[in-house]
Amino acid sequence: MKNWYMLTFIGKDRPGIVSQVTLALYEGGGNLGEASMVRLGGNFSIMLMVHYEGSADSLEKKMSKVCTVLELQVHVDKIEGELHRHVEPDVRISIYGADRAGIVAETTGVLTEAGLNILNLESDVGGSSDNPIYIMEMEGVAGKGIDSLKSALDKLAEEKHVETRISPINTLMG
Amino acid sequence: MAVFDILIYPDSRLKKVSRQISVVDESVKKFIFDLEETMRAGPPSVGIAAPQVGRFERIVIVDVSVKPDTPNHGKLILINPQINMKQGEVTGREGCLSVPDYTGNVARAETITLQALDLTGESKTYEMEGFEARAVQHEIDHLDGLLFLDRLVSRRNNLFKRKVYK
Ligand SMILES: [Zn+2]
Repeated sequence: MKNWYMLTFIGKDRPGIVSQVTLALYEGGGNLGEASMVRLGGNFSIMLMVHYEGSADSLEKKMSKVCTVLELQVHVDKIEGELHRHVEPDVRISIYGADRAGIVAETTGVLTEAGLNILNLESDVGGSSDNPIYIMEMEGVAGKGIDSLKSALDKLAEEKHVETRISPINTLMG
Repeated sequence: MAVFDILIYPDSRLKKVSRQISVVDESVKKFIFDLEETMRAGPPSVGIAAPQVGRFERIVIVDVSVKPDTPNHGKLILINPQINMKQGEVTGREGCLSVPDYTGNVARAETITLQALDLTGESKTYEMEGFEARAVQHEIDHLDGLLFLDRLVSRRNNLFKRKVYK
């Protein structure tokens, strides 16, 4: 069993964050696994799955210099993790509509009940400040089949006035 | 009968360009038989290309007939395949026997017209679409030393993307 950590970095977006953080990690003896890095509302967020032969404290110390320079907040958690454990999504769902409080909780709640296990979700707010629109895209596993999700989405579209689209992910292996 | 080992990336041989077959002789036929055995023996797949087992000749097998609701030509043995026409573009998820534990989105032509020799050495033309066309394009890429990794498109921002006709 390897020593895996999840490192979370958050700070104001600026050029060079990714290269400087990953360089500090590499020089400190950390081994990068899967990662997610994304700009959210002018901030940059990084989640790194890191293999490291040492304690969480010592890993955090090794990242402290780069975090000071880049004004990043860092958080280190020990995790139970392994590489090569991908779960393949079999469905992609897109939902958009006028932005309002609770839209994500409402829609994902209904979908979870209809059997969806969300593997990744990206959402954004577009439109204008007077008329914001919420846009959401997710991939997941349809635990109760795609028809169950379809009828849940139809109901959502009707009751919550959102546009929905569902398409199977038919992965080609060759 | 034999089941070959599949080359796994980063084996640099997967980047080699395969050569044309001049004659479909007994040794080619025997190889194709074993290539199909290999495809059926491994993880479920809808195609295989000769270079994936280390034989650098332009031979692929495609069979998408196991997929429900998918238009198809049954089992296709394609020797020296050549795509003469491509139309439309669709993004879909692909994985590869030579690239374990990773899948990604790849844009492919939606419909293609294809010419290839069959097992008897006769030249045939096929028109195909969708999943079958995707499988053929994936396998022909192997003949040119290309993997789906060479054609990845972002998972982000493909929201509501419709078919685009060029
Ligand atoms: Zn392949």
